[in-house]
Amino acid sequence: MSENVLKLENITMQFGGVVAVDNLSMEINKGEIVALIGPNGAGKTTAFNTITGVYEPTNGQVSFLGSPIVRNHPQGKMKKAYKGAEAEKFARQPVLNPTPDKITALGMARTFQNIRLWKTQTVFDNVLIAKHMLRTSNVFSATFRFNRAEEAKQRAEVAALLEIVGLTDVKDELATSLPYGKQRRLEIARALATQPKLLMLDEPAAGMNPQETDELTAFIARVRKDFDMTILLIEHHMDLVMDISDRIYVIDFGKLIASGTPEVIQNDQRVIDAYLGVEEDA
Amino acid sequence: MKTIKREYLLTALILLAVLVGAFVLDASLPSYHIAIKVVKKACVYSLVAVSMNLLNGFTGLFSLGQAGFMLLGAYSYAILCIPVAKRAGVYQYFDGGIVQFSLPEFFSGFLGGTVGPVVGMLCALLFGGLLTALCAYLIGLPVLRLKSDYLAIATLGFAEILRAFFQWNALGPLTNGSNLLKNYPDIGGAAAYILLVGVFIAVILLLVNSTYGRAFMAIRDDEVAAEAMGINLAHHKRMAFIISSFFAGVGGGMLAMYMGTVQALSFKSAMTYEILLVVVMGGIGSITGSIITSFLYIAGLEWLLRGLDSGTFLGISSPIFKNGFRMAIVSVIIMVVVLFFRKGIMGDRELPDLFRPRKKAAKKGGEAK
Amino acid sequence: MQGLLPYLINGVSVGGQYALIAIGYTLVYGILRLINFAHGDVFMVAGLIMVYSSATLPMYLAIPLVLLLTVALGFVIERAAYKPLRSAPRMSLMISAIGVSYLIQNLAFYFTGGLPQPVTNAIPWISENVTVFGESTKRVTLVTPVLTAVLVAALVYFINHTKIGMGMRAVSKDFETALLMGIKINSVISMTFVVGSFLAAVGAMLYFTNYPSVAITSGGMPGLKAFVAAVFGGIGSIPGAVVGAFLIGISEELIKGIGYSTFSDAFTFALLIVVLCVRPTGLFGEKVTDKV
Repeated sequence: MSENVLKLENITMQFGGVVAVDNLSMEINKGEIVALIGPNGAGKTTAFNTITGVYEPTNGQVSFLGSPIVRNHPQGKMKKAYKGAEAEKFARQPVLNPTPDKITALGMARTFQNIRLWKTQTVFDNVLIAKHMLRTSNVFSATFRFNRAEEAKQRAEVAALLEIVGLTDVKDELATSLPYGKQRRLEIARALATQPKLLMLDEPAAGMNPQETDELTAFIARVRKDFDMTILLIEHHMDLVMDISDRIYVIDFGKLIASGTPEVIQNDQRVIDAYLGVEEDA
Repeated sequence: MKTIKREYLLTALILLAVLVGAFVLDASLPSYHIAIKVVKKACVYSLVAVSMNLLNGFTGLFSLGQAGFMLLGAYSYAILCIPVAKRAGVYQYFDGGIVQFSLPEFFSGFLGGTVGPVVGMLCALLFGGLLTALCAYLIGLPVLRLKSDYLAIATLGFAEILRAFFQWNALGPLTNGSNLLKNYPDIGGAAAYILLVGVFIAVILLLVNSTYGRAFMAIRDDEVAAEAMGINLAHHKRMAFIISSFFAGVGGGMLAMYMGTVQALSFKSAMTYEILLVVVMGGIGSITGSIITSFLYIAGLEWLLRGLDSGTFLGISSPIFKNGFRMAIVSVIIMVVVLFFRKGIMGDRELPDLFRPRKKAAKKGGEAK
Repeated sequence: MQGLLPYLINGVSVGGQYALIAIGYTLVYGILRLINFAHGDVFMVAGLIMVYSSATLPMYLAIPLVLLLTVALGFVIERAAYKPLRSAPRMSLMISAIGVSYLIQNLAFYFTGGLPQPVTNAIPWISENVTVFGESTKRVTLVTPVLTAVLVAALVYFINHTKIGMGMRAVSKDFETALLMGIKINSVISMTFVVGSFLAAVGAMLYFTNYPSVAITSGGMPGLKAFVAAVFGGIGSIPGAVVGAFLIGISEELIKGIGYSTFSDAFTFALLIVVLCVRPTGLFGEKVTDKV
C-alpha cells in the first residue's frame, strides 16, 4: 500500500437548493495519475474548487498527506436546507477553511480551466512569481537587496524549470503572446515552481486539437516521471484520460457513479450511459 | 552584457544631468523664481503620483484616499517644525498650542545650525510617513476586503473623515482647527527637492522590481491565480496599501514644505482626482510616466500655460483667454488621453526601455541582470 | 426635543433632494457597474443653468429649459465619455468619470469666472416662508418630500410597466444576455442617463433654493452623499436609494442640530464604511457571488 496523498471524505457542496457535489469520497496515492471525469455540469470543477480552498464545502473533509486541511459541516441556515448525507459525521470537529494560498503552501498546486496567466508578465516572470511563496526574505530585505542569494537561486531554479518544460527560447516573451499549447505548458510549469507534492490540472486539454493533446499527454507523463509527481486531472478528452490515468473516478449530477482502472471504466454500463454514450468528445 | 547596460547608462546620465541642472538653477536664480518653484512642486507631485501608482497601478487596488494621507503627512510636518517662538502667533486662538517643541530646533541644539534643521525636517517628514502608514494599517483592516469601486469609495470616505477631524475645533491645540499652519521652514531649493524625492522614488523602484513588487503585479493581473500560487492576498494588499500611504504621507509633508502653509480645507477629494489623472496620463504602471507627467503638468499649469488665463498666449491675444481657460484646456487634454490614449504617455514602460532596441522594448524588459 | 424639530423637518427635505440624486447613481451603477463621479457635477450644472435662466426668462420657460439642458448634458456625457469605453476594464470607466467631473468643474469655472453665482428667487413660490408644527420654514421643505414621492412612484411605474423600463431591468441583470436578446443596449443606457439627469435637475432646483449661491464645487458633496445613500440602500435598488437618502439627510441634519456640524459630512462617510464592512450589499441589495 503506497502513501496516501489526497483523501476526500463525504464532500458535499450545496449552493442554495442545488447539490453540485454529493457525498464524494476519493483517494489519491503517491505517484498516481488520477482522473476525475463526468459530463458537463457534473460538478468536477466544483469538487476541484473545494479541494483548493476556492469554495468552502458544505460538508465533508479533505485530508492532505494524512492531515485534515479542509473540513466543514452544515451550519446556520444550511442546517435545515441541507440535502446531502452524513450531516453529523464532522459536526463535532472544528471547521477548517483555509484560503487557497495556504493550501498551495502545503504542497498542492493547480492550473485553471480557462488559462489564468499573469498577462503583463513575461514567461520567465510568470514562473518566478510562483517562487515568491517560497521566499524567506521580508519586504525590507527584498527591497534593499539583502536577498541577492535567494533571488539568484530562485532565478536559477526557474531557468532550469523552463529548460525542462522546453520554454527557454521564449522566456522573455509576454506570457499571453505564446501559442495556446505553450500557455498550457507554462501554467503547468508555474504550478511546478511552487514545488508541490500534488499537481492538480483542471481540463488541461480544453480547446486543444488532437496533435496538441498528444503532446500534452506526453508532457504530463514526463512531468510525473521527472518530478516524481502525483497528479489529479479533470478532463474531457477521453484519449488523454485513458492513456495516462492509473485510476479514474466518474461523477454525474455530483454523485460518484464509478471508479477504477481505465479498462474497468470503459466497460462500466453506468458510465457509458451517463457519459461515453454521448457523442460529445470524440 | 555590455550592450544590455547601455540603456541604464543613458538613464543614469539623464538623471545626473537633471540634478546638475537643478544645482545650476539654484545657484543662478533667486529662490522665488518660477522655474525653481515649478521644479519643487513637480518633485512633490512626482512622489505623490508614484506612491499612488504603486497602489493603483502596480497592485491594482483602486484607492482614492490619497488626499487624506497627504493631509496627515502635511500636518505632521507643519506641527513638528514650527519654531517655538512663532507658535504663539500661529496658534493665536489656542494659547500657542500644546506642542511646545520644534524638531529642527531640537536637532540644531546638538548638531549645529546647518545640519541640525535639515535632520529635524527629515525626521518630521519620516514621522509623517510613519503616522500615515499606521493610519493606513488601521483603515486597511476593514476596507481592503472590499472590491474595486467599493474600495475606491470607502477610501475616499476615510479621506473626508480625516479632513473633518483635522478641522475640528476640539483638536485645535494640536491642529489649529480650521486655521492655517504656517511659519515652518523649507528644506532647500530645487536640487534638495530632487535629491530627496529621488531617494524616495528609488526605494519605490527597488520595491517594484523585487519579489514583492512582482507579487503585487501578479495580484493586479489576476488575483485568483495569484492566490492559487500561494500569494497571501490580504497580507500583500495590506503591505502595498501601507507602503503607498507612507510615501503619500511623506509627499504630503513635502507639499506642506513647498506651500509654506497648510490648511485641511485644501486636501479635498479634488486633489486625489488630480493626482489620479496625472498617474493615468503618465501610464498606469509606469513610474517614469508618473514623474514625466508631473513635471509636464505642473510646468504647463503653473508656468507655460499661464497666458491662457491672462489674455495673451504665444503672442496671440484673445478675449477667450480669461481666468479658467487654462484649466479648461488641461482638462480637455486629460479627457482626450483618458478616452483615446488609454495607456498614457509611457504605457507600462520605464525610462531605460526607451533606449532599448524597439523590438525588445515592446516586450517590457525581462529584467536582464 | 422641541429644538430638534426644525432640523428633523429640514432633514426630510434634504433627504428628498439626496434621493433624487441618488437614483441617478443607483440606476447607472445597476446598468454599467460604474460610479458616475460626474453625476454630482451634472447636478451642479443644473443649479447654474437655473441661476442663469431664471435671471432672464420667466419661470414657465426657465424650468423646462433647466430640465432639457441637464438631460442633454447627461446624454452627451454618456455618449462622449462612457460609450467609447464599453469594452474597457471598469477602472478605465471610473477614471473617465473622474475626468469628466474634473472637466465639468473647470469649464464651469471658466464660464462663471470662478465666482459663486447667487441664487435669487429662482422659483419664488417655493422659497416663501410657511409655518409647520409651529416652526417657520421655506415652502420647499414641504414640497420636496411630496415631489420626491411622486417622481419615485412615476419612475417605478416607468421601470416596471414600459418596454424601455423592462430593457433597463434586463440590462442590469445581465449585460451580455440582454444584448444577445436584441435589446438596444445603447438606447437603454442613454435612457438611464436621461432619467438620472432629469431627477438630478429637479433635485438641483429644490436644493439650491436653500443656498445663497451655486459654486463650481457645490455638486461634489451632495453628489458623494447621494452616492453613499445609494450604497447604503443597496446599490442598484431604487427603493434602497430613496430610503438611504432620507436616512442620511435626516441624520445629517440632526447631527447639525446637536452641535457637531463639522462632523455631519464625516458621519455620512463613517456610516458608509460601516455599511460596506458589515453588509456590503446595503439594506436592500442582492447578494452576488463571484464565480471562479
